[in-house]
Amino acid sequence: MSPELMSPDHLRGVVVQVLSDVAPELEAESLDPHAELRSQLDLDSMDFLNFVLGLHKALGVDIPEADYRKLATLDGCLAYLASKAKPG
Amino acid sequence: MVQFVMPKLGADMTQGKLVEWCKKPGESIRRGEIIAVIETDKANVDTESFVDGVFESVLVQPHDEWLPVGTPLAVIHVEGEVPSELAPAAPPAAAPAPVAPSPSVARAIPAAVVEEAMARLRISPAARKRALDLAIDPARLVGTGPGGRITLEDVERVAAGAPAPVAAEGADRGQRMRDAIAATMARSKKEIPHYYLATTIPIAKALAWLESRNQERPVTERQLPGVLLIKATALALRQVPELNGFWRDGRAEQSQAIHVGVAISLRGGGLVAPALHDADKQSLDALMRGLQDLTKRARAGSLKSSEMTDPTVTITSLGERGVESVFGIIYPPQLALVGFGRIVERPWVLEGRVVPQPVVTATLAGDHRATDGHRGALLLDAIDRLLQEPEKL
Repeated sequence: MSPELMSPDHLRGVVVQVLSDVAPELEAESLDPHAELRSQLDLDSMDFLNFVLGLHKALGVDIPEADYRKLATLDGCLAYLASKAKPG
Repeated sequence: MVQFVMPKLGADMTQGKLVEWCKKPGESIRRGEIIAVIETDKANVDTESFVDGVFESVLVQPHDEWLPVGTPLAVIHVEGEVPSELAPAAPPAAAPAPVAPSPSVARAIPAAVVEEAMARLRISPAARKRALDLAIDPARLVGTGPGGRITLEDVERVAAGAPAPVAAEGADRGQRMRDAIAATMARSKKEIPHYYLATTIPIAKALAWLESRNQERPVTERQLPGVLLIKATALALRQVPELNGFWRDGRAEQSQAIHVGVAISLRGGGLVAPALHDADKQSLDALMRGLQDLTKRARAGSLKSSEMTDPTVTITSLGERGVESVFGIIYPPQLALVGFGRIVERPWVLEGRVVPQPVVTATLAGDHRATDGHRGALLLDAIDRLLQEPEKL
């Protein structure tokens, strides 16, 4: 399903699922939506690439490298993915 | 006829568990084919055969017990002559060791080293003397005495080639990995006279080149800067081969092949440094795929024996964790370890002007027995030069 067809809750569910594939010990409830994912989950650049790959696979979005910084936090990530759905 | 024994999959391995046979008696097996899955402190390792032959009989069934390195596990029938030089990681596969020290054992472990290692062991004086007389690798000794103390009986058992009983169970993998790392790193720092060098490398060109390359690519084919660093290091080792290989039998043994061990930290602690084979000959794309695959399997705890035993050099990049430089400890018996820190913007003088530039600190830990700082400096210089021409990597 593409992001525009998803409710915010559903989208959040997908993102958290992809994150937990990369960081299996993640506890969804204790995730701080405003804190940097990299430091919060101890992600290295390979983990982060796998996160982007996972989003690509799950949602069919292609995220250019220049946009990676917009994915820094969970909230940022959800806002970015939602905006990808809107034209322009 | 050769025995397939519990292999030593890396300097830090003393015991393993037989998880599964991947061949049935009667089946033929080729060198490099997976023969068994062996659990170590670090991973479940797909263990490759070191000979061509027929898998003849099983001596040990898979079971949940730690077996010391060297324990005979199966018999392989080999046509014609048995290769005298088996895979370096595999202990001599022939019949049980005679009581007298076999030349290979004596040569592999100089008495001084044995003595030093013994000094750190909990071992009875009689057992110590006997083990020294027999030039037995202290790593093979497993204590069954009070508090895990090594007794004369334990030494005799190893000397006779019999499998020793396994040390007390109970530690989980995390603790066992910690113990293995502790033993190997302590040994490295004690045996290897390290020298350390560092240099700051401007990396703007390489990053710009990579960025424009990645821009045209879907996320599935993008590459990380780390891959450029690996390739540059591998190519630099071609130019300075004295740092690629092993310290064995009291001298440096250069390796023709450049198998780069990449240090991968495991979630939840510990690390492994499995090999990217022939890193100097692989394209950046192939290296990236290899690195992704290796990282995934390392974290899932599933590696191949050749990946564990083949590295001729190790690269560690702690830059991911924010530090600017890392002075590493050499993984024995390798000769060198190259470290990369975080890529940071720093004021840099370019054509007489100070400009902000992304730079990375490259470091080298070298074995001073094998090389001098001059040689090491040439390696770091070569890495620098190679990174200034990224399109040639």
